[in-house]
Amino acid sequence: MIEVSGAGKRFVLHNQGGAVLPVMAGAFLDVKPGECVALVGPSGVGKSTLMRMIWGNYRCDEGSIRVAGLDLRDAAPRDILALRRDRLGYVSQFLRVIPRVPALNIVAEPLLANGIAEAAAFDRARSMLERVNIPQRLWSLSPTTFSGGEQQRVNIARGFVQHWPCLLLDEPTASLDADNRAVVLGLIREAKADGAAILGIFHDTDARAAVCDREVDMNDFTPREAAA
Amino acid sequence: MIPLLQVTGLSKRYGAHVGCADVAFDLWPGEVMGIVGESGSGKSTLLNCLAGHLAPDAGQVIFDTREQGPRDTRAMTEAERRWLARTDWAYVHQNPRDGLRMGVSAGGNVGERLMAVGARHYGDIRGQAQDWLSRVEIDTGRMDDRPGTFSGGMQQRVQIARNLVTGPRLVFMDEPTGGLDVSVQARLLDLLRGLVRRLGLSVVIVTHDLAVVRLLADRLMVMKDGHVVEEGLTDQVLDDPQHGYTQLLVSSVLHV
Repeated sequence: MIEVSGAGKRFVLHNQGGAVLPVMAGAFLDVKPGECVALVGPSGVGKSTLMRMIWGNYRCDEGSIRVAGLDLRDAAPRDILALRRDRLGYVSQFLRVIPRVPALNIVAEPLLANGIAEAAAFDRARSMLERVNIPQRLWSLSPTTFSGGEQQRVNIARGFVQHWPCLLLDEPTASLDADNRAVVLGLIREAKADGAAILGIFHDTDARAAVCDREVDMNDFTPREAAA
Repeated sequence: MIPLLQVTGLSKRYGAHVGCADVAFDLWPGEVMGIVGESGSGKSTLLNCLAGHLAPDAGQVIFDTREQGPRDTRAMTEAERRWLARTDWAYVHQNPRDGLRMGVSAGGNVGERLMAVGARHYGDIRGQAQDWLSRVEIDTGRMDDRPGTFSGGMQQRVQIARNLVTGPRLVFMDEPTGGLDVSVQARLLDLLRGLVRRLGLSVVIVTHDLAVVRLLADRLMVMKDGHVVEEGLTDQVLDDPQHGYTQLLVSSVLHV
């Protein structure tokens, strides 16, 4: 479902003398439905870069990336938006908080974007917020003032509110206590059982061992020029 | 499905000076496109050419009309263009004073656009005006007051109600949050975001505020000296800018 084949990436910094930073070369991976794969390697090796290339906010300069049948290198913006609406989910580390929008609406938004009726969407959003232990008195508030852990749990509730055939997880258990960590691992297991192809970054090695079927070492995709 | 708006080779010169040059894009139903660039980059010229306020020197602006399908708006008669501007198109000015009649009440401003397309029943017009003012969060107790007695943020919301009351499919916005306090901007953006989603509007929005396009726009065009230097998915252009000018724009934003 998530197929990366010979993918490469470099940054060209036009305002810093046109410096070229090759950051990735020859990346390969293939995540099948029902499988959870961890990207591993030290900080700065390009794990988040590859996740962003798959999400589509970083361009892929070489090779190809196919997600749920869509080739991201040739895709028009509207095709990528459609992919993100119904086939590709992303739980990032940080919630992009929009002033004035309540937590409940943030969680329900992916369902509403897919045309689910408001009543059903909000019911499902409420049960997700309950599941990640966000107190009910916070549901109608904008998460602007929530703690980091609460914001992350709102993000997780949003990320798992609907079934995605493909799912990207960036440190889903960082800054969570043991109880909430167990909740998130449970959600990941359920998504796998539902047939989701999951690619994640987990610095938490116990969490990684608990849900991931295999690892892909990003060191293998370091460009030669950069390694030299 | 076909694009709502198809723009090809659109150019406008002011003597030797380039306003905008060879701009082309398709806008699909329900899509929000942002145009960013600094003052003088040609983004307002482009918006005015698209909306028919300025006559371009070359190019086509093809709109998928309800009755006759795709038509080049430049080949339309003045009367046809005016009708389009009152019905299927809307234009939100940066300064609400340019888009409102200041001597007419808030309710009258909204009702006037309905009357321009043939509404005659006073009760209906007043009812719809009231409905739209409440949708843009104006206390309906103020509907008989003139916009001059409102704050800038309220005036902008009245202008939006006036524009949307006829159910347009395409909305042009020129810096709709410019000149407003940050807290008022946030409220207006949230309101616009909700309306665009619920009504399935297609929007072309010109701004120099990258946070505004991040929140509202699906796609982005970056203009410099009248030329489009980069375009693509909004978060891709902002997170992984390819052109030197876009890199400069993005890296110049102060984060708080």
